[in-house]
Amino acid sequence: MLISCPHCGPRDLSEFSYQGDATRTRPDPASTDTKAWYDYVYNRPNPAGLHREYWQHAAGCRAHLVVTRDTLTHEIHAMAFARAALNASGGQP
Amino acid sequence: MAEYSALSLIKNALTGNRDWRLAWRKPEPKPSYDVIIIGGGGHGLATAYYLAKEHGITNVAVLEKGWLGSGNIGRNTTIVRSNYLLPESIRFYDFSVRMWENLSHELNYNVMFSQRGILNLAHSPGQADDYIRRGNAMLHGGGDGVWLTPAEIARKVPGVDLSASARFPVVGGLLQPRAGTARHDAVAWGYARAADRRGVDIIENCEVTGFLREGDRITGVSTTRGEIRAKKVGLAVAGSTSRVLKLAGIERFPIESHVLQAFVSESIKPFVDCVVTFGGGHFYMSQSDKGGLVFGGSLDGYNSYAQRGNLPLVDEVMGEFVAMFPAAARLRLLRSWGGVMDMSMDGSPIITKGPLPGMYLNCGWCYGGFKATPASGFSFAWTIAKDEPHAINAPYSLSRFERGIVIDEPGQGPTPKLH
Repeated sequence: MLISCPHCGPRDLSEFSYQGDATRTRPDPASTDTKAWYDYVYNRPNPAGLHREYWQHAAGCRAHLVVTRDTLTHEIHAMAFARAALNASGGQP
Repeated sequence: MAEYSALSLIKNALTGNRDWRLAWRKPEPKPSYDVIIIGGGGHGLATAYYLAKEHGITNVAVLEKGWLGSGNIGRNTTIVRSNYLLPESIRFYDFSVRMWENLSHELNYNVMFSQRGILNLAHSPGQADDYIRRGNAMLHGGGDGVWLTPAEIARKVPGVDLSASARFPVVGGLLQPRAGTARHDAVAWGYARAADRRGVDIIENCEVTGFLREGDRITGVSTTRGEIRAKKVGLAVAGSTSRVLKLAGIERFPIESHVLQAFVSESIKPFVDCVVTFGGGHFYMSQSDKGGLVFGGSLDGYNSYAQRGNLPLVDEVMGEFVAMFPAAARLRLLRSWGGVMDMSMDGSPIITKGPLPGMYLNCGWCYGGFKATPASGFSFAWTIAKDEPHAINAPYSLSRFERGIVIDEPGQGPTPKLH
């Protein structure tokens, strides 16, 4: 699997660190709603198909990325810097 | 007379092997059953068998989307062990090992359970302390564990690099003598035949495409072979758990599906006679009766349903293998494959009633499901038949995450790739 880092171009999987599902929304830190925290900490959509997920180019430019990848084929469909992806969606993942 | 015996072998050999019954029938699905089990792998077949044997519930169908045993029961590294730290795990897996010890007789099918032992190598004084603590927990829980010194390891497993110049010098090892390996396909076939003989319908090439419901209650399934009704529907679908639950409208669940690779070398003469694990990374290896070395390591570490992995993990596993057994450096790899693991959020399984009325769930086996097959089937059948868990699976509830009583062996937290 090659991941095309926006800074560095296509690089080998071994340079990247997987950070998991990028669609989760962290509750307000002041919130005491245990249901919302349970859902954030433990539950995942775990789709068979397109999956928005965080990767970090840990052994490269160290950028945090949001990658849209097909979990059935490992094909990568979209790629953005995590900050840009967050700003583009108005702060929602 | 048992269906399979020395006498029946001779008798059938004399008559040209024309009279063997099929190991299981190929029935058409009936319109309704008392219980439907989705998933014709080890756990699903074992559940059907114990439903029939222990609870007298024989009007049961096992639905399998492909052919019988085509999932993880036929894709694992065949290790059976109960060398755990936490009391819930020790109780459950030791129960399972005890069931394994009688399984070939129980099923009248040789599952080739070989109690050759599992040896966890420790590479630092800290790791040795940790392993000895785990060994004491195993003894305390009624299991077995022995601490081996490097000299004892040298006699038991001559191939291990025990030199002081090893990248991770060996300081000792924790041996569980009653652990071992089994013939994985035979487990599926043995349970299938035993369940079939008790009246269970095993229906292959029958994929569940939706659930039939009355309000919240599950009342059956729609499949590629028509609608089938049932009072109770049990799921034992491993890596496909999230996909099947989505058919019932459950969009979020504490499971991620990951890929785990496994490898087999070319056949060689007897090299190791137990399962050996490497503590400097994550690696485990045993030798099959055919002579191939069967081994694996960590997950690839990202969500996947692809049943195939990538090369960085292959590189890592081979590196660990050669660090541990330098003599294996020139062995050729015969084959490798990947399976889809239902990684739960604490590394322990979920065997429970629910989450919907009429539904029962058996999942979250991470990559340790094979050894659990008998106990999983036994306790899941109990849960389905009695609508309450058996003592051994009571801790493995779905609500444990919300209630903060997770069973997290390595203490890694809700990060499935690390379990």
